[in-house]
Amino acid sequence: MERLKLVLQYFQSNSESISNGICIILALVSVKLYTSFDFNCPCLPEYNKLYSLGVMFIPPIILFFLGVLVNRHTGIMMDEWMRPIGNRSKNPAVVKYLFSAMMQRALLAPLVWILVTLLDGKIFICAFSASVDPALFSGLPNNTDLNVIKIMSKVACKEDVIFKNSSFRKAVSRYVRCYSQAVGWSILLFLIVLGALGRLIKPCFDEHASFLQIRYWSNYLDVEQKLFDETCVLHARDFAQKCVVQFFEDMREDTVLHLPHPPFISHYQEDWQDGEAERLHGITKQEQVDQLLNKWYFSKPELDVTRIGHRPRTCVTWEDHKGKTLYSDV
Amino acid sequence: MDKFRMMFQFLQSNQESFMNGICGIMALASAQMYSAFEFSCPCMPEYNYTYGIGLLIVPPLWFFMLGFVLNNNVSVLAEEWKRPTGKRRKDPSILRYMFCSITQRSLIAPAVWVSVTLMDGKSFLCAFSINLDIDRFGNYSFIREMSETDKMKLLAKIPCKDLFEHQEIRVAASRYIKCISQACGWIFLLMMTFTAFLIRAIRPCFTQAAFLKTKYWSHYVDIERKMFDETCKEHAKSFAKICIQQYFENISGEMRSLHHHRRSYKNDSDDDDDEDKKRSDEDKLLGIRAQDDMNKVLWNWHTSKPALALRKEQMDGENNGRLNGEANGTINGFAKGHTHDVGKKEWAVYYSKV
Repeated sequence: MERLKLVLQYFQSNSESISNGICIILALVSVKLYTSFDFNCPCLPEYNKLYSLGVMFIPPIILFFLGVLVNRHTGIMMDEWMRPIGNRSKNPAVVKYLFSAMMQRALLAPLVWILVTLLDGKIFICAFSASVDPALFSGLPNNTDLNVIKIMSKVACKEDVIFKNSSFRKAVSRYVRCYSQAVGWSILLFLIVLGALGRLIKPCFDEHASFLQIRYWSNYLDVEQKLFDETCVLHARDFAQKCVVQFFEDMREDTVLHLPHPPFISHYQEDWQDGEAERLHGITKQEQVDQLLNKWYFSKPELDVTRIGHRPRTCVTWEDHKGKTLYSDV
Repeated sequence: MDKFRMMFQFLQSNQESFMNGICGIMALASAQMYSAFEFSCPCMPEYNYTYGIGLLIVPPLWFFMLGFVLNNNVSVLAEEWKRPTGKRRKDPSILRYMFCSITQRSLIAPAVWVSVTLMDGKSFLCAFSINLDIDRFGNYSFIREMSETDKMKLLAKIPCKDLFEHQEIRVAASRYIKCISQACGWIFLLMMTFTAFLIRAIRPCFTQAAFLKTKYWSHYVDIERKMFDETCKEHAKSFAKICIQQYFENISGEMRSLHHHRRSYKNDSDDDDDEDKKRSDEDKLLGIRAQDDMNKVLWNWHTSKPALALRKEQMDGENNGRLNGEANGTINGFAKGHTHDVGKKEWAVYYSKV
């Protein structure tokens, strides 16, 4: 139980590891989908290739779109790409980094599907059994009135009667499956070599320092977006609470003498209103909230928070006899 | 049990992820229902098509409506739609946003049913076996010599294993129709995913600023409703408590009640616990102490919602009010727990700032 909580916390703490987790889940879903899918070769010369290649390539496209959809970086990248410049300069390298990260993750599940189909071999058998030369194998059934192409197309269908008591079908299946697995392993080897080369050679081309900056600011955008959403939620809650209480008190004005708050009312208000007023940050009208949200999009603030730390306070100042400015706390 | 509770807490913490959780559960329920359901084609020319296509379309409609029923936001949407304008403007984009998000979530379980049905192929086989062209599968002269009605009756029996004798035709035909069914299923999935991709990934290109606004205010409407319910509950509790207290006090005599009220509105520092609790209950009444007042509050909440503008002076001036209240309010305000029926008056507020 504790371990599960720790694992969940670890994944949630870092947005990148959440994306990786989702990516892996999608790859597992891809494998599960393949095993639960009932592959049903039509065993007809006109439709074999179409069906097989369709099953090999359409699910990867679907999985790719799904991968792009569930990835958080997609939204962040689109926001950063489309936003107006405002007070904050745009760095195209950040958008490129987010795009490549998103693509890499989204491409994993489709590749897993394609590799699993190749290594399993059913699809290749269905698609290419008609192209095999039957002379390579003995035992071609010749007691039916079907032509050779039609017979070869039926190789993928185990339970077809023309192949009873014949090892011809099994031989052709093995042959085509061999090819399929060879292609699968070659693609896997190629991809891994490509990945390794990419990792090894990249530092020669990219400045590591600028890469660190880009990675930092990509992560920053993600965190900022999350915090903005959270702040909006908290703000809405406080806004709603105040609005409701104010509504009740407005009703009271019509029937009850409205004196400046007698002690039992102000005792109640004083405790929770101080904290609430602070959390509203002075935004107390609908127009202000609309303006705030509008401004968040059209003119994001500059990345400078020194003012919060050294906020000026209202106070009285005067000079002493030496000319030095003195401040008083109010 | 503990794991289950943790998952439940995690999902509930966020309203949106709770709805996503319900969505996922319904999708799984949909897939499970399909596998548990025993598909039995009638194998008669008149009913095959109706049964096959009906099973493809009616359960998704049912799941779609169930999605609406289970979604809490539907009642929020309906309330926001029907409320009178009053002091608060109505924004149609909020209604559209809420409707879109409810619809998107409700569409997942039907989509799962349709794709599972198409991938399985049985419903297509049942519906379209009559329209098959047997010549495609081989040279079957005995079928060509049959009359039309007999041929249709024979073809209609293809989905039923135990009613159809010619195994090769049945197997070949099943394969063929199942192929087409699966192709339709994959294309359906591709279209749905592509549409979702367009909506989610391309939308930020167009209406991002307005989208942030509508998202905030839709969420606000939901939260405000919850806050109102909570405040009403607390008010009702205090109302009931004080009502019963006063009833008992009235029974036990006028003198005691007079004594109690005079004591409770002086600012005594050495009050005992009872007085503190009574004062906090009085606080929670927020000044509403009569049935008509409460009815008016509830009625006005529907017919004339307040404007979305919080009064600043309430937050800045509360310190001032407290000082004033201690000076004035105790004397003129309340006696014996009754408030005078005085109309709204102007009063002079003097500020003593420290």
